Amino acid sequence: MDAIKEHIDFQTVVVEMKNIVKKFGDFTANDHIDLKVHKGEIHALLGENGAGKSTLMNILYGLYMPTSGEIYIQGQKVDVKNPNVAIAHGIGMVHQHFMLVKPFTVAENIVLGMEPTGAFNKLNIKKAIEDVRALSEQYGLHVDPEAKIEDISVGMQQRVEILKALYRGAEILILDEPTAVLTPQEIRELIVIMKNLTSQGKSIIIITHKLKEIKACADYCTIIRRGKRIDTVDVSQTDENQLASMMVGREVSFAVEKGPVKPSDIVLKVEGLVVEDNRGYEVVKGLNLEVRAGEIVGIAGVDGNGQTELIEAITGLRKVKSGKVWINGVDITNRTPREIFEAGVSNIPEDRQKHGLVLDFTVAENMVLENYRKEPFSKGIRLNYDKIRSFAEELMEKFDVRPRNKELKARALSGGNQQKVIIAREVTNDPDLLIAAQPTRGLDVGAIEFVHRALVDQRDRNKAVLLVSFELDEIMNVSDRISVIYEGKIVGTVNAKETDENELGLMMAGGGR
Amino acid sequence: MEAKTMKERIKNLFLNETLALTILSIIMGLLVGAVVIYISGYRPLEAYRLMLDGIFSRPKYLAWTVIRSTPLILTGLSVAFAFRTGLFNIGVEGQFIIGALAATLLGYFLKLPAILHVPVVFFGGAIAAGLWGAIAGFLKSKFGVHEVIATIMLNWMALYLSNFAVEQEAFKRKGTESSHDIHETAKIGMDWLKESLGAATKVNWGIVIAIIMTALIAYLLFKTTVGYELRAVGFNKDAAQYGGINVKRSIVLSMAIAGALGGAAGALHVMGVSYHVSILAAMEGYGFNGIAVSLIGNNTPFGVILSALLFGGLTYGGSKMQLIGVPTEVINIVIGSIIFFIATNRIFRYVLKCLDRKKLQKGVQ
Repeated sequence: MDAIKEHIDFQTVVVEMKNIVKKFGDFTANDHIDLKVHKGEIHALLGENGAGKSTLMNILYGLYMPTSGEIYIQGQKVDVKNPNVAIAHGIGMVHQHFMLVKPFTVAENIVLGMEPTGAFNKLNIKKAIEDVRALSEQYGLHVDPEAKIEDISVGMQQRVEILKALYRGAEILILDEPTAVLTPQEIRELIVIMKNLTSQGKSIIIITHKLKEIKACADYCTIIRRGKRIDTVDVSQTDENQLASMMVGREVSFAVEKGPVKPSDIVLKVEGLVVEDNRGYEVVKGLNLEVRAGEIVGIAGVDGNGQTELIEAITGLRKVKSGKVWINGVDITNRTPREIFEAGVSNIPEDRQKHGLVLDFTVAENMVLENYRKEPFSKGIRLNYDKIRSFAEELMEKFDVRPRNKELKARALSGGNQQKVIIAREVTNDPDLLIAAQPTRGLDVGAIEFVHRALVDQRDRNKAVLLVSFELDEIMNVSDRISVIYEGKIVGTVNAKETDENELGLMMAGGGR
Repeated sequence: MEAKTMKERIKNLFLNETLALTILSIIMGLLVGAVVIYISGYRPLEAYRLMLDGIFSRPKYLAWTVIRSTPLILTGLSVAFAFRTGLFNIGVEGQFIIGALAATLLGYFLKLPAILHVPVVFFGGAIAAGLWGAIAGFLKSKFGVHEVIATIMLNWMALYLSNFAVEQEAFKRKGTESSHDIHETAKIGMDWLKESLGAATKVNWGIVIAIIMTALIAYLLFKTTVGYELRAVGFNKDAAQYGGINVKRSIVLSMAIAGALGGAAGALHVMGVSYHVSILAAMEGYGFNGIAVSLIGNNTPFGVILSALLFGGLTYGGSKMQLIGVPTEVINIVIGSIIFFIATNRIFRYVLKCLDRKKLQKGVQ
């Protein structure tokens, strides 16, 4: 095993957190957590949504003050009062949501706040560009220093964030859910970059709940469950099942159990659909699709091939330029979202914070976002808050939304629990067609299992389910039929049981069947 | 032990309660005012005593404070309502003018028994201003014109429209710069109270109507499907649209209701106090003050009532400080400071939190 870990300098502990406790009011987010990271190590923090991993890292980065506990960086006890202290001690953090100035160039973003200057404090942009270029070459993080942030991909933006931390002299990098926003290809590239960084003596702490990636890149893994450290394990000595059960506290099944498919009537029929994106380009170009009751159809494809616009067009959020959409034989093309909802379509939206929830409404208010006008939630124009609350309580119990407080603003919930609120609401609508767009993005394995179960349940009750996901595993596990979308068209439809990753991957890259 | 929990409780109140922070801001504002009075060469305590006497020492003064506050309740409510639905209604000044104009026209040209005349004039003013406000809502939802721009322009249009109307021969009272007075049947004075307070004190039913309107708006916002829709659009348009709410219609409706509230303020002012409209060289400020009232009231319907009474009290009582020569502008400084401290009350929170943290660390050591 030591052959694999040559890059780690076991003599040098770069970060040691001892007995960290963090309380928010009565809630203990971190309960006596210890963490030790060596130089050159990739250390994964694994835990469910809301387990306290991000809190721990925010403490290390100076965003939160611990209630008690000690932090040693490079052997020295440090009172990390704010991020400036952390940065001064060589800690850099790349947040899940990037903090970049979009109209600025890559180089401008990287040097922001530490700009190289010439005479009279004039910004020396040439030197900034050179510095960035040198830095990106040294660590194999290829970016164009003169490109604008708004013009580059999400994966590139992440590299900029990493470079930003390195430019500030980071020796220890904290990556908060770095793969959540990346395509499979970008994830592979990121792993290469991480290994490259550690071979040059940097240390990395990666917050994640994706077991596959931990296996692929991490040396050690600390598992946190409900604020407590469960164990720290050598990743090469364990497997995904073990990690998952330590994280969730019970056995987790990865395979989605489902009976044979019994498709019946056509519920959704899309014919020759053409839709434009916000810039006015056609991104759905004459798409045909059929989903029957009692089956799950998965749409596989790389992000940006028209998936978002397809769903928005079906649900009435975006105008259909030409073509037709039918639900149960009824033409719903260009109807309002409410009319389409009433026709039997529910949608778990791709962007849960933008479309799925009113973050400043309470959980209870969010639970009736589509049904507030109906009895028993209202009578005439009068809302019946008692009924809304008891309905929310029931759903939160059934779908295990935590914390179980219906009066909490949706904003206060963790991402996974926000998603559970949406899923609870949409599944309870019991629609003829349930559309699920990226329903498990950012969720932990326990929650993913739950979501997949909910989708299969709908199918087993003879309802139609349309699943859109960029995760090939998810598509292959859950779907009965798989349609591959490429450049706004379905380029092939296969039976999920009769295909494999290679065939799908080929079609996703444009090699139709 | 007892003292400690008490202290703790007070601190928690300050840390959590917007109300406490607002009161603190008011006190700070008065302190700043005191410094200004002192620098100007007067005695602050005496000036403030005069102000308090000017509000509370005689029933007549209290009545005037309420009269001054009445339009501010409604203009403040208009701004607060719009805020709650995600809109910034700077147009309440113009809506006030349109409401006053429409009320005066209906009050002068129509001849009806009081039981009909009063509601016709009141609702006429409110509806006219509601339509006026809806223009800005329509421009926003149809063409994406920001409501701040649209309502500022509409304010000037309202001002000159009103001046133009007053200039008309049929409407203008000869030898004055004002319109004719409305008929007695359209007035809402509390004549039985006037006997004890003096005829010049224009006590009227406006305050009762304003409070009823506030309760109605609170109900509408927080207990009805309409309020649910308007707030959802205010918080997150995309989610509202996803939920099936007609976002464009909601924006128009919200501006119409906000406008109607501004218009109601204007109508009540005409029916209870001024009885006519005059040619205006500049805006009177009832609407703009409504923005401040809404802010001090934390954009809540009932906060607006308290805030408007404070505002009315400060402006009416404050004018009494002139008796010892203190310029009334000092009151504007006090009001300005209060708003400043409310707007910056995060500073207070921050200071209190820092104190808290230091103590915690000491405790640990």
